[in-house]
Amino acid sequence: MRAIKRNGVRIDDSFAEAFPMRGTAILITAPNRRWAQQAAATMTGFATSVIGCGAEAGIDCERPKNATPDGRPGVRVLVFSVSTDTLQSQLVNRLGQCVLTSPGSACFADLDGADRLQLGDAIRYFGDGWQISKKFGGKHFWRVPVMDGEFLCEATTGLTKKAVGGGNLLIMGATPKTTMRAAELAVAAMNGIEGVVLPFPGGIVRSGSKVGSKYKAMTASTNDAYCPTLRAAVKSELDEDIGCVLEIVIDGLTEEAVAAAMRAGLAAIVKLGPEEGAIRLGAGNYGGKLGPFHFHLKDLLS
Amino acid sequence: MKPLILTLKQEPEQRLDLSPLVPHLLAAKTAKEIAAIELQTTRVKVSAGDIFKLQAGNAESIRFEGGSSRFDNIGLELKAGEIVIEGDCGKALGRGMSGGDIVAYGDCGPYAGSVMSGGRLEIAGDAGSFLGAPLEGEMEGMTGGLLIVRGSAGERAGDRLRRGTILVEDSAGDYPGSRMIAGTLIVLGNCGSLPGYLMRRGTILLAEPPDLGPTFVDCGVHELAFASAFANLLRPESRAAARVLSQPLARFAGDMAALGKGEIFFPQP
Repeated sequence: MRAIKRNGVRIDDSFAEAFPMRGTAILITAPNRRWAQQAAATMTGFATSVIGCGAEAGIDCERPKNATPDGRPGVRVLVFSVSTDTLQSQLVNRLGQCVLTSPGSACFADLDGADRLQLGDAIRYFGDGWQISKKFGGKHFWRVPVMDGEFLCEATTGLTKKAVGGGNLLIMGATPKTTMRAAELAVAAMNGIEGVVLPFPGGIVRSGSKVGSKYKAMTASTNDAYCPTLRAAVKSELDEDIGCVLEIVIDGLTEEAVAAAMRAGLAAIVKLGPEEGAIRLGAGNYGGKLGPFHFHLKDLLS
Repeated sequence: MKPLILTLKQEPEQRLDLSPLVPHLLAAKTAKEIAAIELQTTRVKVSAGDIFKLQAGNAESIRFEGGSSRFDNIGLELKAGEIVIEGDCGKALGRGMSGGDIVAYGDCGPYAGSVMSGGRLEIAGDAGSFLGAPLEGEMEGMTGGLLIVRGSAGERAGDRLRRGTILVEDSAGDYPGSRMIAGTLIVLGNCGSLPGYLMRRGTILLAEPPDLGPTFVDCGVHELAFASAFANLLRPESRAAARVLSQPLARFAGDMAALGKGEIFFPQP
């Protein structure tokens, strides 16, 4: 693999292979930023990978109170899954257990489109007959009485079938400290892009996986080719100067948003340089035959 | 788009049914054909050309220059397009409309917006009684759309309202929101006695503290996300309504003599 070098950082001639997903967006508002963030964080907890969590979700961005439907601070949440049915059930479960329950919350659709997913249309039954339907100017809301007043929830939100999951960057550095610094900067840069979430803890995953395992029950197992402690023991992808690898996984509502996030992350890591940050950048793929979306690193260097 | 203009020649001597003069019935007609349309009336046969001077244009947009309180059924069952009336209207303006826009710059008679199901109807002057209401024998009143009266409304505005929003910027007569099934009625001036009489569901918002019947029960004062979201949606139509919705609101539930799932909001005095 021929590497390109930018600002001393080696960049693999490789690509991230990503998959089509179903995605949606909602806006959660609350009396203040803290509680909007709280409801959003709770709703997007345990949503790192569709394999074990059913959905991948995260916080896209904050909205100031003058840009939300009810004039209160808001947080935009994106949720992704592999099928419309799974996404619908994950959305309603998470909405019902994490947003409905959060003090002072309200929930609005935040994605347009003809395909719809139920929000309030499903949650309304919690009202036990006291729920109130309100329609105005093409909008449909449900008001559900709860112990601190009312839970206001839009009836449906948009669904996109053009979402992209599994965009990624492999950040390789000399030590955990420098690698983490590069990864954190990349996460910060990617969080500035609207329409994407980084579903793993703080946006970073340290246990990348490969397909298959020596154990029958396991469908995926540790990506030994990228484990620094196995560098000489297995067919490693790592050079001798690499002591730590961290990955960033990106889900986006569109292919363009994922590409923009990867571009922003790459730029941040390249700018930091190899002394303080990463010495090499790569991307995960399966040879290009499984996923229809290929994000070539060399195309994303601005 | 050049509108079709109908200029009133002189005040008509009899009540006239103007229901044929709507965009979907005039779409393919020439000015001559339109002038020949017979208008239903009381004693002497008249056609549109006897009453109006016609200026040809696209019938998607109809403009009445000059109105009369004898003009009944303007915009009956309007589906799309717009009708502007520079003057008064008689009864049942925009009755049964399901889309499109009607703006009346004068006053109008009873049953304006009767059983409308969509679109937007705005009356710059005053409206008569039974705003949006069903006629005798009909089960439901207005079932959708937006009905705005910048002036006042007569008795029983929003009778049997099922869905949609009625906004009266000035006062309303007795029994506003009588027998409401659901929907939203807003009155920014004073309202007569017994608002929400026998309402089942729905929301009545009053800017002035009302004289409520004993079958409405006090449910406290609240600041609801719904009120602020609704205020933001209504602001382009009525800043005054948005202002009322932005205050803490007393909520009274009722009518407990009927289903009792309705509500009357008003700012805490």
